[in-house]
Amino acid sequence: MTQSPLLLSVDNLATHFFSQEGILEAVDGVSFDIHAGEALGIAGESGCGKSVTAQSILRIVPSNGKIVMGEISLFQNGESIDLVQLDDRGQEIRQIRGGEIAMVFQEPMAAFSMVYTIGNQITEVIRLHQDCSQSEARDRAIEMLRRVGMPQPEQTIDAYPFALSGGMRQRAMIAMALSCHPALLIADEPTTAVDVTIQAQVLELMKDLQRDMGMALIVITHDLAVISELCDRVMIMYLGKDVESAPADVIFRDPKHPYTVGLLRSVPELGEGHSQELDPITGSVPSPYRRPTGCPFHPRCPEFIPDVCDVHLPPQIELAGGHRVRCHLYVQD
Amino acid sequence: MAQADAVPTRTNTPADSPPDQLPQQLEEGRGPSSADNVLEVTDLRKYFPILRGFFRRQVGEVKAVDEVSFHVARGETLALVGESGCGKTTTGRCVMRAIEPSGGSVLFRKRDGEEIEITTLTKPDLRSVQQHMGMIFQDPFSSLNPRLTVLEIIGEPFVTRKLISGRRELEEKVAELLRSVRLDPTYMRRYPHAFSGGQRQRIAIARALALDPDFVVADEPVSALDVSVQAQILSLLKELQSELHLTYLFITHNLSVVEYLSDRVSVMYVGQIVELGRTDSIFRQPRHPYTEALLSAVPVVETGKAGLRRERIILEGDVADPSNVPAGCTFHPRCPYVQDICREEEPQLVDLTGANGSQPHYVRCHFAEELELQGVRNSPQ
Ligand SMILES: Nc1ncnc2c1ncn2[C@@H]1O[C@H](COP(=O)(O)OP(=O)(O)OP(=O)(O)O)[C@@H](O)[C@H]1O
Ligand SMILES: Nc1ncnc2c1ncn2[C@@H]1O[C@H](COP(=O)(O)OP(=O)(O)O)[C@@H](O)[C@H]1O
Ligand code: SF4
Ligand code: SF4
Ligand SMILES: [Mg+2]
Ligand SMILES: [Mg+2]
Repeated sequence: MTQSPLLLSVDNLATHFFSQEGILEAVDGVSFDIHAGEALGIAGESGCGKSVTAQSILRIVPSNGKIVMGEISLFQNGESIDLVQLDDRGQEIRQIRGGEIAMVFQEPMAAFSMVYTIGNQITEVIRLHQDCSQSEARDRAIEMLRRVGMPQPEQTIDAYPFALSGGMRQRAMIAMALSCHPALLIADEPTTAVDVTIQAQVLELMKDLQRDMGMALIVITHDLAVISELCDRVMIMYLGKDVESAPADVIFRDPKHPYTVGLLRSVPELGEGHSQELDPITGSVPSPYRRPTGCPFHPRCPEFIPDVCDVHLPPQIELAGGHRVRCHLYVQD
Repeated sequence: MAQADAVPTRTNTPADSPPDQLPQQLEEGRGPSSADNVLEVTDLRKYFPILRGFFRRQVGEVKAVDEVSFHVARGETLALVGESGCGKTTTGRCVMRAIEPSGGSVLFRKRDGEEIEITTLTKPDLRSVQQHMGMIFQDPFSSLNPRLTVLEIIGEPFVTRKLISGRRELEEKVAELLRSVRLDPTYMRRYPHAFSGGQRQRIAIARALALDPDFVVADEPVSALDVSVQAQILSLLKELQSELHLTYLFITHNLSVVEYLSDRVSVMYVGQIVELGRTDSIFRQPRHPYTEALLSAVPVVETGKAGLRRERIILEGDVADPSNVPAGCTFHPRCPYVQDICREEEPQLVDLTGANGSQPHYVRCHFAEELELQGVRNSPQ
């Protein structure tokens, strides 16, 4: 298979928050590449920096936070722009947000204002990014709503967000995000708040759209099975670090990092029956203000090597087949 | 509208027996003998009024729970599963009488064999029965009073019921409970905010177990937790069940959790049970199209080649609105196997025992016996 062109390259990204309690290293040296049309899954437990990674790309990090290091290169028409260098309120990033790169959130209510119809809001996004008349924008919005499987799009376009069911709101939000044909869609927990049947609809929709529109996708979730359904590559985060990343089929078959192994053993798997043994990771993610020394996972790690893991931060090791891991158990191939 | 009340006679289903018949008789032929049942729920209903306008006039009703019947045998776990709004929480709360059911019977059998009809108890009697039932909720952040210490939270049932008076004795009891949920007893002087989500859920479990209940209702107890912590709590619940011989009514929307924890499962759709039986046989071979679709919707980690991704049944549309239930089979607008009869005639809950092995297996579908539905396959090697 030939590799499609590079679309986004995140290199050694660090985003920190500053407060009275101290400095919170929400994202701390994360690197990954996304090629056109590719789907990357970012997984990890709550507070490990997944959403802040997405916020950093779109330059919507809350004001008490700051990108302190790294580059985020977006490649368009053979040129690259470093998104980190842009003014986060400037014209350029506003064109990219919702244009080149769009985002959908866990809670669709957060994406919509309650006082306008979904049609108003989708056409506004379209007109912000594309040169077209009000009625052309409306036609495109209806077309997009139809594309995401909204029932009776001609009528639903005039509905207020609160009048839609959970599944329909999710579709409306995806329609809005896709209305300008983004090259990259970032979906932060797109299905956490919905039922399995609706989740299956949304995942199927995202798969279809990604295939038909050649769009790249970043899916952020704590559910590895969702990633397994959708993604080509996986990145596992723990306390702001990208502890492991690999092609999806590799990481699920042969996980290397003890944290990834633990995550996979923590979920009861459908089809494994009543007697399956769970082997959960002990403890919980520590407070980010009290980041452990050395390997951040060492207090919970069953493979912990005394005097090594609690002292030295493991470097990123490049294994064969695009498999990268930060753990002292592995040495460079 | 569903024609539930228009159907005069039905056979084979406990929900349909005349109300004067004793629940014990209804339970016959339903697996474990009735003396082993902690709970027998018969024809439970909860209708919420829909109020509109200035005078709050009732313009309709939400059939949140409609003709629900099941039993829970001592020491087993019965899971209630279904999409949000299908009536799981309402069923659990009616069983505890945390809310008043609109109708039906809830028979509770204590360890000493005493039988109590929950729905007709007076308030003081209800309180004394409720100490034999524990409840664990979804959100460990809002279910614990932030102004009380762990000691006060877990000790509260003993104090308000005047079961323990001495301070030392109370502390010893709370320490024992904390140890049973694998928490350090020295934590008892701390306030809830000092604990993680998983630790708070352990505290909530300790409190639910404080009075040594016969029966525990757990409503989505792990849904708000991180995956590793979910697994810890699930294993803990399983261990406690065998240590303390607990009986669980386990409410969840997560089918993998159902499979991991439950002996039997009751699948609900818009206020009704559509399938009820042994978890392993239902998951292997579901008999209701809704169960099939739910199982098929669960994403699974594909450890094999990417090409093995399975075909799945994608249900159209959303869960039906319980205030406006479709006629006939409530599932018909989403059912891939719908026939004309489904749009008109409401299917009854029928026991397929015999058709499907020796264990009772109830299904509410006109074509339950004909359809060849797909269950869970073991993940490919
Ligand atoms: N606005 C903010 N101010 C201060 N700290 C923040 C802010 N937003 C996030 N953080 C902190 O940054 C860290 C990473 O947060 P992030 O939201 O990226 O986690 P996540 O991996 O998306 O978790 P979840 O699975 O819960 O969504 C956490 O410790 C979080 O508390
Ligand atoms: N207090 C209430 N007043 C009116 N309707 C309610 C109330 N509680 C629940 N309902 C409705 O009853 C139905 C079942 O709700 P619930 O039992 O909470 O479902 P589940 O727990 O399965 O998600 C839903 O349609 C819900 O909106
Ligand atoms: S570096 Fe050490 S503590 Fe960290 S994951 Fe590897 S073995 Fe475990
Ligand atoms: S009765 Fe008809 S519509 Fe209902 S589940 Fe069975 S086949 Fe489907
Ligand atoms: Mg997040
Ligand atoms: Mg509920």
